[in-house]
Amino acid sequence: MGSNMLEESTQNFSELEKHLLNDFQHDFPCSERPFAEIASLLDTDEDSVISAFASLQQRGVISRIGPVFQPNRIGVSTLAAMAIPENELEQLAQIVSSYAEVNHNYERVHRFNLWFVVTARDADHLQQVLQSIQEQCGYEVMSLPMQQDFFIDLGFELKWT
Amino acid sequence: MKVFDPALEHALIAAIEQGLPLVARPYQAIAQQIGCSEKEVMDGLLQLRERGDIKRFGVVVRHRQLGYRANGMVVWDIPDDLVQRLGQCMGQFPFVTLSYRRPRHLPEWSYNLFTMVHGQNKQEVEQKTQLLVSQCGLASIKHEILFSSRCFKQRGACYRGKSLAVPSQVLAKPLIA
Repeated sequence: MGSNMLEESTQNFSELEKHLLNDFQHDFPCSERPFAEIASLLDTDEDSVISAFASLQQRGVISRIGPVFQPNRIGVSTLAAMAIPENELEQLAQIVSSYAEVNHNYERVHRFNLWFVVTARDADHLQQVLQSIQEQCGYEVMSLPMQQDFFIDLGFELKWT
Repeated sequence: MKVFDPALEHALIAAIEQGLPLVARPYQAIAQQIGCSEKEVMDGLLQLRERGDIKRFGVVVRHRQLGYRANGMVVWDIPDDLVQRLGQCMGQFPFVTLSYRRPRHLPEWSYNLFTMVHGQNKQEVEQKTQLLVSQCGLASIKHEILFSSRCFKQRGACYRGKSLAVPSQVLAKPLIA
């Protein structure tokens, strides 16, 4: 299952990059010199680690080194969807993406063809954003907030061989 | 454990949600940005992790850039009294990265369980979905796979940052699935 992803990938990764991608999805070091700490684990130096991360970020392979928040703990979020005619999709998708509160925005092959995640500091703010998107786009926004999480996020195990 | 100053916590979340700067002392850089000490930043983040507000802290990869080009949102219409058991069953498979219960939106949307299945292509996602059907006993459960065809935007959540309608990192990469 998913065992030969590198063959399918358009990217080539060095051994260092593979470790950086796979080994630090959890418990990234919380010390004064985290990249130096990683470097010592991987038998390299701090500058090499920083420049490898910068390269991965610049190539779009990593989104960030940072937090994944538990939904609805420090703010509120929802998954929203719209059914948009194909000829308007691209333009309306750009409008949806332009909101800072929207962090994921995907086209999916379905009558409901635009799916996006909205996060906000509280329920009122979330409602305002959804309302605003609906008005800007002219189509009904279906909001499907998470009610129960059956999954413990263990990151994403990458298979290299 | 001391109670972390709420104003500082707010600033810290805003400063950290798009990720650490790639400098030798990233926590110090965050501290300078929000006007506190490096130690307060590190303690604050540890506290958010311990409290469970931060689910994990680390490298966030973009699956599709790594060859996982097909991501299927598989949605299921499950009787309410079975949703917990079946949601947990699906959530334990390594290729499933989310398993959430969400409300139905009748009449046009009857699905109440959402799972995300990653694969290198559509066929692999379909095979993995079939594995879920057989392993969790879902043969009589209606489901659909919604494949992603384009990603317009993917970045960290913005709970505390400035709420301006300014395009940040807008992606529109075509996807071959």
